Amino acid sequence: MNILTDKNIKHIVESLYKSNLSESISIMEVCGTHTMAISKYGLRQIIPETINLISGPGCPVCVTPASDIDTILEITENYDISLFTFGDMLHVPGSRSSLYNKKSEGKDINICYSPLDALNFAKQNPSRKVIFLAIGFETTIPLTSVVIKRAYTEKINNFFIYNVHKLIPEALETLLKDERIKIDAFLCPGHVSAIIGSTHYNLIAEKYKIPCVISGFEPFDILESIDMIIKQIKNNKHEVQIQYNRVVREEGNPFAIKLIYEIFDKTDSIWRGLGNIPDSGLKLKEDFLEFDAKIHFPVKKIRSKEPPGCQCGDVLKGIKKPFECGLFSNICRPDNPIGPCMVSSEGSCAAYYRYEQLKV
Amino acid sequence: MCLAIPAEIIKINENLAEVESMGIKKEVDITLVPDAVKGDYVIVHAGFAIQIIDKKEAKTIKKYWNEYFDGQKY
Ligand code: SF4
Repeated sequence: MNILTDKNIKHIVESLYKSNLSESISIMEVCGTHTMAISKYGLRQIIPETINLISGPGCPVCVTPASDIDTILEITENYDISLFTFGDMLHVPGSRSSLYNKKSEGKDINICYSPLDALNFAKQNPSRKVIFLAIGFETTIPLTSVVIKRAYTEKINNFFIYNVHKLIPEALETLLKDERIKIDAFLCPGHVSAIIGSTHYNLIAEKYKIPCVISGFEPFDILESIDMIIKQIKNNKHEVQIQYNRVVREEGNPFAIKLIYEIFDKTDSIWRGLGNIPDSGLKLKEDFLEFDAKIHFPVKKIRSKEPPGCQCGDVLKGIKKPFECGLFSNICRPDNPIGPCMVSSEGSCAAYYRYEQLKV
Repeated sequence: MCLAIPAEIIKINENLAEVESMGIKKEVDITLVPDAVKGDYVIVHAGFAIQIIDKKEAKTIKKYWNEYFDGQKY
């Protein structure tokens, strides 16, 4: 598909070329759906070379550390439970195995489309203990919050969550503090921001003098957002702007935000590649600890290790492009993924493999 | 993973709504958008409507997603 035949897109690309940047700038996107769209539509190839689009830690599956995968695998080994999670999680390699392997060995591991599937299964099968592997950023966290609240109200006592939810704004600051990463602007995630709104980014834009534009997912949206960023940079501005204003409001979804903090408190969280980030995760409030799989299904800690040779850590921070990993495409491919960035359909390595291999 | 798609609310029954997206009807939970009414377009993620779409824009989004999903595995 040649998107340049669309006159709006052609127009915005021309505007980008007219900007005549004197030095190159790096714009980081922190949303797997943006990563995928940028690769799929070849946006990197149609914009001026001075604009460097780099992918950050925008894929929840990719930023879940091996230690969490290992703990979940241990739980499936040691307890007779039914595990539910989103499809991409199954193939993520832990230190010794993956959920997919455990499923092949006969463990009761199920792919679900919605956390409601897990809750409904628990209701229909009261003799089974059901764990929902709760993963995702602010887009998904309200969903988990709804099911926990429902399980609490309806007194469902065979439903649990293994919570690896993470919060985006805190990770952005960690990236900005890392001197090895050059970030001049953020392309902020559209659906995370549909929940949290735009005000969270104000502090970041102000403190680090970084333009932040919340973008939609069409090629035109992304290009327009890049254009808004370039205009800010040219005018020495560092503001938060909402390009995706048909969905994102300044206040986000206040109902969803309130619900999240009825159920959870902020806590530290370990991100693959980025390490421990204060206040970037969530823990169940005391009233809801009865749903915490980590408490109810204790397992011994095993020493976790990352896949040898895999550069996911640096890829997630935007320090390396997938091509720069020695395993990319020759050993690590979607049909034989070594690291999580190749497993998830929204991982940077998978996006580059699928759409950009022939374009370099 | 944060993939979310626009859909139109056809019918509401307490916290559940029948929505239509790209010709496909399905049921979604609307607990998170208490102000949603029949005829609204919403963004749907993993079985839940998470935000109401600005009415003026809804139609154009729909067209795009039809193209976007062409050949996608979702
Ligand atoms: S190509 Fe594979 S091994 Fe290399 S960083 Fe990506 S996922 Fe890891």
